[in-house]
Amino acid sequence: MKIDRRCFLSLGIGGAAGLALSPIPWKLADDSAIWSQMWPWTPVPADGEVTYVKSACTLCPGGCGISVRKIDNRAVKIEGMEGHPVNDGGLCLLGLSGLQLLYGPTRVKTPLKRAGERGEGKWVKITWEEAISEVAKKLGDIKEKGETNSVACISGSDKGTVPALFKRFLSVFGSPNFMRMPSIQDSYEIANNISLGFIAQTGFDLEHAGFILSFGTGLIEGWGSPVRMIRANSSWRKAGIKVVQVEPRLSNSAAKSDKWIPVNPGTEYALALGLAHVIIRKSLYRNDFIHAGASGFIRFRDLVLSNYSPDSVEKITGIKKETIEALAVDFARSERPVAICGRGQGKSQGSLGELMAVQALNVLVGNINKEGGVFAVHDPAYIAWPAYQSDAVGAAGIKKERIDGAGSGKYGFAKSLTNRFAGAVNSGSPVSLLFVLESNPVYSLPDTKDVKDAFKKIPFIVSFSSFMDETALNSDIILPNHVYLERYEDVPATAGLSKPVVSLARPVVSPQFNTKHAGDVILLIAKEVGSPVADAFPWNDYQECLEGTAGDKWKILNKEGFSSDPVFTAQVVNTSPGRFDLSGGIDDLSTLFTPVNSEEDSKAYPLFLLPYDSFRIANGYIGTPPFVIKTVEDTVLKGKDILVEINPATARANGLSAGSYATLKTPKGSARVKVHLFEGIMPGLVAMPRGLGHTAYDNYLAGKGINVNELIGTVEDPASGLDAAWGIRANLIKA
Amino acid sequence: MKEEQSKEKVKKFGMVIDLDKCTGCGACMVACMAENNVPFKEDESKKLDSITWLRVYKLTNGKPFPDADICYLPRPCQHCGGKGDHGHSPCVSVCPATATDYNKETGIVSQIYTRCFGCRYCMAACPYHARYFNWWDPVWPDGMEKYLSPNVSVRMRGVVEKCSFCFHRYQLAMDKAYYEGRREIEENEYQTACTQSCPANAITFGDLNNSGHAVYELKKDKNAFRLLERLQTNPKVYYLSSREWVRRAGDNYLKDEKK
Repeated sequence: MKIDRRCFLSLGIGGAAGLALSPIPWKLADDSAIWSQMWPWTPVPADGEVTYVKSACTLCPGGCGISVRKIDNRAVKIEGMEGHPVNDGGLCLLGLSGLQLLYGPTRVKTPLKRAGERGEGKWVKITWEEAISEVAKKLGDIKEKGETNSVACISGSDKGTVPALFKRFLSVFGSPNFMRMPSIQDSYEIANNISLGFIAQTGFDLEHAGFILSFGTGLIEGWGSPVRMIRANSSWRKAGIKVVQVEPRLSNSAAKSDKWIPVNPGTEYALALGLAHVIIRKSLYRNDFIHAGASGFIRFRDLVLSNYSPDSVEKITGIKKETIEALAVDFARSERPVAICGRGQGKSQGSLGELMAVQALNVLVGNINKEGGVFAVHDPAYIAWPAYQSDAVGAAGIKKERIDGAGSGKYGFAKSLTNRFAGAVNSGSPVSLLFVLESNPVYSLPDTKDVKDAFKKIPFIVSFSSFMDETALNSDIILPNHVYLERYEDVPATAGLSKPVVSLARPVVSPQFNTKHAGDVILLIAKEVGSPVADAFPWNDYQECLEGTAGDKWKILNKEGFSSDPVFTAQVVNTSPGRFDLSGGIDDLSTLFTPVNSEEDSKAYPLFLLPYDSFRIANGYIGTPPFVIKTVEDTVLKGKDILVEINPATARANGLSAGSYATLKTPKGSARVKVHLFEGIMPGLVAMPRGLGHTAYDNYLAGKGINVNELIGTVEDPASGLDAAWGIRANLIKA
Repeated sequence: MKEEQSKEKVKKFGMVIDLDKCTGCGACMVACMAENNVPFKEDESKKLDSITWLRVYKLTNGKPFPDADICYLPRPCQHCGGKGDHGHSPCVSVCPATATDYNKETGIVSQIYTRCFGCRYCMAACPYHARYFNWWDPVWPDGMEKYLSPNVSVRMRGVVEKCSFCFHRYQLAMDKAYYEGRREIEENEYQTACTQSCPANAITFGDLNNSGHAVYELKKDKNAFRLLERLQTNPKVYYLSSREWVRRAGDNYLKDEKK
């Protein structure tokens, strides 16, 4: 049969029409829809027996209790522990994402030894025995040379048994150089030391306070124990407690407060002194905690009365004198007023003058050591181990000056000044071996370049990190710790609490990889190093040490998961509250109360870069997990670009508009950023979040944004050695 | 009489969110993701395709420095009852596959993934952007699928998903009650993951019809409002705010329009 054109067309059209009328295309479309949704790799989670394990979160110093839901031997969800004194059921977003850290791809799965250059990421797997004997051998060599004091340790915390074991190890071995990451804790310790005469933390009974005056403190953005602070904020809302936030930027805490008072950055101390001026001039102060006749108070009084009148404070701070007068009266006449400082989450130290000025307000209104007030809180005293014997080398080593200078000379009042570590190493203080425990100094310390240079000078770095973070990447050997969901550990919550709580982290699941508890590892290293170090650690393993330390309280700790027993909680100084020396024993008070000046050229750098803390970006030892980075707004991070906040007026002055690219330049470095216009920031400032710009970790975090620490430096407070920097001079140029 | 009795039994689960307490911390968003096996991608900064059953919006009052103000607003699925509460929610009305349905016993708008064929009519119909489409198959980094919960099925490419008021928790609570010989559950036996996690206790969840539940009184607060009320979608999520500009932001008022 011959197929002509007509026949071809009619067959084609007829066929198509027939097909369209048949169920075939619809069946195929339906099948393909079903088929496209039935990929075998879409996981079907296995069902099983449901159990809950009570434990504690260690991801920040907050010390929340957690309850972890398990299906058979898998952990599937972390929830807050009901009835826990810190968080009572609530939990923050970082704590809720803990399982992404436990099962995540950034875990260090086995002990590793560096194979290539530092930071190159080339490693060889080694056994635990090899790893421990390698570290012990290095320590033996150092001891032979008599340089035991050149061993140092940087720890995320100095509370609890594990940091205490590391500190004890260093002490017996012969090194005073146990350091903890810098925070507002350092500043409060020094302030209490110089004004009360002893080292103590400052605790705040904020739940019962009657008026909150916050000097830039991120009350609801992660300061202190974050969940506890948010709960306190809710109770203030309910009770109608007034909160005043003094800060150059409309942070979430400022937005939630009853009154936001924008202040020129770095002049908060002057406002506090101005308020003190009004309180003293109007005789609104009380004598409960000051020696009214003592020279310290007289010098303080004379200084604020002559130099800090509302008129002069208005010129410094940019706050109207009427506002200052009214705020001072409001504060002093309120029931249980509390003044609080520590910028953002309190991860930077700030100047001592600022802290002393703010603390003076609490002392002047007499709200010390009472309900709704401010407490001097000692560290929990439950760790009481037998005295140890060191040998001649060790005894000589521990007497040497610390690398960061804390505890001697002009830094005599400080316990730890890790902010000075990098500078000291770079200017020649020898460190031959560094332990890094639960911290990420290469990423988190300001002036990244300086820190990296210092790390290059240290011949042997031992990381105990569970994750391949920036510091682990720059170390020589990694002895990976269990993550908190795989280990026992005491978790003291002391951050800003007036009544500390000790919780117990418990293994929720068995260790997922070939990791070891850092407490066990330091005991093994001690054994390998031999006498006298080994003799100072009479325990077979960490578990024995922990149970022995808790003593007869172990049972209750293990059963309840936490304890507020007085043995665990610090002894609050309530029997003899002490009298505060408002001058801090400093003769010339004008050296204490000075603005922190950036010396750089104001023409080349007409703006200021202000780092800020966000609850939705983790900026401590822990890198932001995928769930948390997902909550970051697209006005902060867009693709890989970081957005900086500037006032529309600043944008106009610099020829920038919303979303445009710019080069952010500071004396420390420069970075390409995008611009976000925000009416809640003072003109002249550029705000950048902390916690982005990681180079380590996985693709969910690495390479996103800029690490603000690369752009800022440290400014040493002459009165204390603390890092007083709150920002840095900067310029923003259209790219 | 018979009708009255059955009416009494009808539950209407809903939420009251106190925006004065909400700090915008984002814990509710993560609690929801962890509870409901919500997937994540390398880049989640394109918010249109970033699956967040509960999303916290940042509102600004639009005033210049220093009068600027911000407020956070968590937005789960509003579980609209439609005009007269007959279940004519915007999404339910348009779904050609009955993949989303209005449960008359609980007032919860369901989403049945295996029925959904991804036409996304519901997404277009929803005035709250509460629905999200799976443009890709979910991928968990090696080992991370261990934390997936068997209570909520993992979704596949090509389907729409949204907040279910943690309906699986209701089912589990009801199962337990039945097993113990009860026909009803207590208020605290069924709480959503976001409510449970909120550090500020800003979210209150319960039966809006039950005078014994906290939400019953809270929703009558003088500062209570719902989103886009003039559309008469009749949402079951109420918000409280003492700030007038926030309450106004809840609806699309014109600048000079009086409420």
